[in-house]
Amino acid sequence: MAEVLIYVDHVDGAVRKPTLELLTLARRIGEPVAVALGNGAAYTADTLAEYGAVKVLTHDASEYAEYLVVPRVDALQAAHEAVSPAAVLVPSSAEGKEIAARLALRIGSGIITDAVDLEAGDEGPVATQSVFAASFTTKSRVSKGIPVITIKPNSAAVEAAPAAGVVEALSVTFSDQVTGTKITGRTPRESTGRPELTEAAIVVSGGRGVNGAENFSIIEALADQLGAAVGASRAAVDVGWYPHTNQVGQTGKSVSPQLYIANGISGAIQHRAGMQTSKTIVAVNKDAEAPIFELVDYGVVGDLFDVVPQLTEEIKARKK
Amino acid sequence: MSLKIVVCLKYVPDATGDRHFADDLTVDRDDVDGLLSELDEYAVEQALQIAENADDAEVTVLTVGPEDAKDALRKALSMGADKAVHVEDDDLHGTDAIGTSLVLAKAIEKAGFDLVVSGMASTDGTMGVVPALVAERLGVPQVTLLSEVSVEDGRVRGRRDGDAASQQLQASLPALVSVTDQSGEARYPSFKGIMAAKKKPVESWDLSDLDIEAEEVGLEGAFTKVEAANERPARTAGSIVKDEGEGGKQLAEFLASQKFI
Ligand SMILES: Cc1cc2nc3c(=O)[nH]c(=O)nc-3n(C[C@H](O)[C@H](O)[C@H](O)COP(=O)(O)OP(=O)(O)OC[C@H]3O[C@@H](n4cnc5c(N)ncnc54)[C@H](O)[C@@H]3O)c2cc1C
Ligand SMILES: Nc1ncnc2c1ncn2[C@@H]1O[C@H](COP(=O)(O)O)[C@@H](O)[C@H]1O
Repeated sequence: MAEVLIYVDHVDGAVRKPTLELLTLARRIGEPVAVALGNGAAYTADTLAEYGAVKVLTHDASEYAEYLVVPRVDALQAAHEAVSPAAVLVPSSAEGKEIAARLALRIGSGIITDAVDLEAGDEGPVATQSVFAASFTTKSRVSKGIPVITIKPNSAAVEAAPAAGVVEALSVTFSDQVTGTKITGRTPRESTGRPELTEAAIVVSGGRGVNGAENFSIIEALADQLGAAVGASRAAVDVGWYPHTNQVGQTGKSVSPQLYIANGISGAIQHRAGMQTSKTIVAVNKDAEAPIFELVDYGVVGDLFDVVPQLTEEIKARKK
Repeated sequence: MSLKIVVCLKYVPDATGDRHFADDLTVDRDDVDGLLSELDEYAVEQALQIAENADDAEVTVLTVGPEDAKDALRKALSMGADKAVHVEDDDLHGTDAIGTSLVLAKAIEKAGFDLVVSGMASTDGTMGVVPALVAERLGVPQVTLLSEVSVEDGRVRGRRDGDAASQQLQASLPALVSVTDQSGEARYPSFKGIMAAKKKPVESWDLSDLDIEAEEVGLEGAFTKVEAANERPARTAGSIVKDEGEGGKQLAEFLASQKFI
């Protein structure tokens, strides 16, 4: 059976959920072979095997922490040469897309980014994408070379499918380009203890209607009752009420949770671009004409300062 | 020593307009009003600031696109760029990211550069890969997705805010950077700027000027194929209630009925 190369996104050996989703999709088109790079790479193997990796290629070197993107492209190219896969799948993070693109160029392939689904096809894998702020759905395929496809988080279910997960050391010779962009400093993000925005099953967001950084505690309280991640519109981020890492939309994160609750958000096209594919959408807005209501499964026209705390209390009461 | 900056700009269909596909499944660029991609305004802004802080610098704005794409160049010139290059050729219709990066790289080499500045992503394709591809082709460092950027003593430095961490990056010129919408508000063209732009040079190059064969680009040369494009069905109308004091409780009831609580 054809092998499918998977780029593993992990933090010191802890595999992030989108990579496990890739394993599910990869199994539809072949046998997953995972590539894990950098600090802790070898520790990813058990998890990857549990979710279907037949082989795990690992490599660690100081270059991965010291230089941007290119060391990873070199390694993925080495894995591509070693395996001759039928396709290469990479999680759709900003960095994942850059790595995938440079690999595609080097191996003479086309690239598809931000796929939300993947199926086997007669002429190679067919990727589904959501475009124009999710107002269109397209089906595309790579028509030249080995398909290189990046896949958005929450595009497939994580499914256990135990496989051999044989660990092999990957041999990598770094290119001349590798030291081009030096990483001279690194400030890790502080953990909030809440789920990762792009991976969360529920997202509770606040916009300009939240009217102040201090009021975001109302949004957070609801999120915590639901075990949800917190999102924000660009309007709320631009005035400094909430960090940019939590921005949902075209220039922020694109999310596709089971439930999205928009509070004090009007629903501009650039915001919709990042949340329109959510399964269930709920909004609280005091303006009955707000465009967000065109998207909702359930909407409350009202003041979020009344509705949201009442909702939070009610959920708390129902849990007892 | 003069610093040569080339800024890559894309002319895109207006996101607030009715965007759709043409019969050949390429993005329809005729029936929808276009404009300079808002995200590339940030690239122009940072390029102008870098030029202003240099002893002697020249900012060239470059676009690959149809006739109307000149509007994007005009806007950037009126913001303060010095000159413009428009790559236009009928054979470019349907070019994908790999092909676009080839045309941009050849045009950047022909124009001459110390620094290339791009936006973070185009607002129509939203791939965010062209800058990385152009860096790969030019064989220069990619210093991308910066929310802060500066150039000093032949070095570019910047801050890249990633998911897990914020990184400080550094590279020697020549290099390619891309900047995000967090890099700083873009300036508005002044009246004087708009008048001055009318006299600034706009060069037009076609594929033969760049030694590119027609087969390498366009729909023919594309490495990817769109097989179907369908409008997403409108979401079925949901229930909307007016809060009369019980809105939060009603919402909780809905969430319970959907098994979220
Ligand atoms: C290139 C580009 C990229 C962009 N990228 C993004 C992006 O990634 N993400 C994004 O979100 N935006 C993005 N935008 C901005 C977008 O166009 C909107 O400006 C933004 O989404 C508006 O945020 P908002 O809905 O919070 O604010 P507004 O549009 O001002 O809406 C606030 C809403 O709150 C309601 N409200 C006020 N008070 C209350 C109250 N007490 N109770 C209930 N409701 C209340 C109001 O009725 C209103 O509907 C982008 C724009 C551009 C040009
Ligand atoms: N046709 C084009 N002409 C000039 N620059 C472009 C073009 N397409 C993409 N770019 C540049 O590449 C960036 C990222 O584009 P993309 O990878 O398509 O999202 C844009 O912000 C532009 O700076």
